Amino acid sequence: MNRTIKVAAALSAAGVLALTGCSGGSSADTGATINVVGYSVLEQANSEVIKAFEDTAAGKDVTIKGSYGASGDQSRAVAAGQDADEVHLSLEPDVTRLVDEGIVAKDWKDNATKGICTNSVVVMVVQKGNPKDIHTWADLVKPGVGIVTPNPASSGSAKWNLLAAYGSVLADGGDDGAAQAYMKKFFGNVAALPDSGRDATTAFTSGTGDVLLSYENEAILARQSGQDFDYVVPDSTLLIENPCAVTEGASKDAQAFLDFQKSKEGQKLYAQTGYRPLVDVGDVEVKGANDPSSPFPQPQKLLTIDSNFGGWDAANAKFFDEDNGILTKIQADTGQ
Amino acid sequence: MASTSSAVGNGSPAVKWLLRVVVIGYLFLLVAWPTAYVVRHTFDDGLTGLRTALSDPDVVHALVLTVQVSVAAVVINTLFGVGMSLLLVRHRFVGRRALSALIDLPLSVSPVVVGLALVLVYNGRFGWFGPWLEAHGLQIVFARPGMILATCFVILPLVVREVVPVLEELGDDQEQAARSLGANAWQTFWRITLPGVRWAVVYGVVLSLARALGEFGAIKVVAGNVGGETQVATVLVQQKYQNFEQQTAYSMAFLLVFAAVLCLVVVALLRPKEGHR
Amino acid sequence: MSATSAPAALRGRVTRRRRPAAAGTLGTGSALGLGIAMTWFSLLVLIPLSAVVVKATGGGLSTFVDVLDNPQTRNALQLTVLSSLAITALNVVMGTVIAWVLVRDRFWGKAVLDLVIDIPFALPTIVAGLVLLALYGPSSPLGIHVNNTRWAVLLAMAFVTLPFIVRTVQPVLEELDTDVEDAAASLGAGRATTFRRVVLPALVPAICAGAALSFARGISEYGALVLISGNLANRTEVVSVRLFSFLEGGNTQSAAAVATIMLLVALVAIVVLDVVQRRVSHRG
Repeated sequence: MNRTIKVAAALSAAGVLALTGCSGGSSADTGATINVVGYSVLEQANSEVIKAFEDTAAGKDVTIKGSYGASGDQSRAVAAGQDADEVHLSLEPDVTRLVDEGIVAKDWKDNATKGICTNSVVVMVVQKGNPKDIHTWADLVKPGVGIVTPNPASSGSAKWNLLAAYGSVLADGGDDGAAQAYMKKFFGNVAALPDSGRDATTAFTSGTGDVLLSYENEAILARQSGQDFDYVVPDSTLLIENPCAVTEGASKDAQAFLDFQKSKEGQKLYAQTGYRPLVDVGDVEVKGANDPSSPFPQPQKLLTIDSNFGGWDAANAKFFDEDNGILTKIQADTGQ
Repeated sequence: MASTSSAVGNGSPAVKWLLRVVVIGYLFLLVAWPTAYVVRHTFDDGLTGLRTALSDPDVVHALVLTVQVSVAAVVINTLFGVGMSLLLVRHRFVGRRALSALIDLPLSVSPVVVGLALVLVYNGRFGWFGPWLEAHGLQIVFARPGMILATCFVILPLVVREVVPVLEELGDDQEQAARSLGANAWQTFWRITLPGVRWAVVYGVVLSLARALGEFGAIKVVAGNVGGETQVATVLVQQKYQNFEQQTAYSMAFLLVFAAVLCLVVVALLRPKEGHR
Repeated sequence: MSATSAPAALRGRVTRRRRPAAAGTLGTGSALGLGIAMTWFSLLVLIPLSAVVVKATGGGLSTFVDVLDNPQTRNALQLTVLSSLAITALNVVMGTVIAWVLVRDRFWGKAVLDLVIDIPFALPTIVAGLVLLALYGPSSPLGIHVNNTRWAVLLAMAFVTLPFIVRTVQPVLEELDTDVEDAAASLGAGRATTFRRVVLPALVPAICAGAALSFARGISEYGALVLISGNLANRTEVVSVRLFSFLEGGNTQSAAAVATIMLLVALVAIVVLDVVQRRVSHRG
């Protein structure tokens, strides 16, 4: 009986302590605090950029708190009220969602970089030594090749991969019909469709499939962290442009951070984690790249969403619409 | 405790051994081996894995936050669970059976839906109650209250399911006797009922604590995951793993499982052996 | 011990009671308690879940029709429900066997087994997923490669639903008086017959209760499944993944519709098993 009392008292005390922990949310900071909401792969790159920013005059008294996760998840969270002073997401539709909710100003793209903070390209990640000799998009649809790509239905960033694949046919002079035939074969070879880009990397490094479609910066970062695989920058590929914007009502510190991200210093730091710099940053040694001293080879044909696909709104509707999207339909058909 | 001298149990040794092998094999392949994998990867380099993990302030914060959220949720849920069990067993009212069935429902709800449901109601921009609550200073979603709510949701049935059978077993003779001797409701509860069910309550508490520590999907949607603030251990485990810091991820997972198993072991050791559950 | 016919009360289910009802009606204190408990339950579970249902029905029945029309969604529903049924059936057998061995057998290390059964509760689902992928995926040391197949779905579900039936059957077995079994044996019944006619009926209510929990848990699993199943449309994609796809695509209404359908499925399962329980305990 006494033990029961003690147990109950201990539990209640613990509970009370825990609940008082509730109020211990954000302590008052002497300087300003800005909340950065970013997509998952950005986390490691941003930690360096944030440190450098806090060393500058503009960033001296600023504390930056970061939340990182899948781009779509983050976008929805901000739409539902998560605090964000700056959003830096994987693809434009995730920012458009916030524009529609009035959280981001409609003119967020009206600047020198058209609202983009970081760039990369779609690459093919293969097992060490490239045993299946995969170098081109045509190699992907050869029989016996297992492709791993995130599921475009649950991963917005997966759309980059598929549009790069589709666009490779267009870049070679094919028409929509040829591209769709190619994508049918492509989906026939898909071995797994993990939830997100990062899950796809996990699945691939755990042994699934022969080739992983991913972003160059993700591949480079993985190799920097000790993962042992090779990657190929194919002849034609898609330019991945990650948008960033400050939210309505954010302090000018957020804008200062944004400007720093786009500055030469910021871009150099991003380059060191594998992103392709937006501005000229001089020579950069990038560990993990195929050739660290010349880390960003220019592909023969570099497609962009705006010039080759008519912008994200059109591309989203044409290819990924739930019922009529070209790629949605092909994906569902091949599953039968 | 049922003795092993029952007619059916005294089967041929072959059957007995077969059953043992089947059970041990099944449990090994399904649970023990995977768990050993986590332990093995945590201690790959001896204690360095754990030490590195614990030297990261984000990791420590996430672990502390997880414990705080879990304990709060378990306390709330235990109060609810014991109270609800008493109501379900000792009283009759309209809808009793329906309520009993509904209590199992949270188990069937996918974590994505739990998050969605809570966000739909409590988010600060277009939720049913969220804007009103936030206008009055209480932020639920993307803050601790939301995380506690999400955890309470997933552990809801656990205490009730442990206590109800025992309450039924006990019957209320003693309680009636106490009441006839002049004890009021509180005294009856505190001195007669609660001691009777205390081990069921403790087991329910430990189970719900274990489940709460490991909750991932629902909390991820509701929490906001700001590193060092609203990021719980399980979410950080996923992040660390995907950032190629696998050993830290496994170390954190190990700590979570270890804490839960420790509670289970302690309860198992403390419980009197007469098989009184 | 009175010679009651039902050997043990049902586990976890409110049923007819063995002893006569006492103060059945609610006094003021209990009514207040019920009010508070119901308020909490509503704020936590009922209202959020009805928000989902309301969201789904916002577009009228057409949302549900469209959702069910989509073959990919139908396949996901079918895969999830059938897999969970299969695993529940497996658990009925294995759970009873495990409970049997735990209660009726004695051997060194049995207590460890008891502990192992609760681990699926303690292990975070994503960790479970990672580990299952490592052990039964492409680099499996045993050479078992279930990743990206339907077996992966079954494996992950088996893992997370393991404890349920074991834990509902175990206490009933423990309380079970062996007198009746001994009596049956002395009357010449074989072991199998005794098991079938004496022990099993006593266990059926507990098994049903556990089966309801196991099925409910199986259909809702996400984290442990997601990595190892590969999410291949129409082949290994489960409902939770499909739901998530709808959300990602901005189609909250369809997501809510799928969630509502799954809630209905779970409710049906719970109710059916409840009815079966009652039937058996009345007969017994």
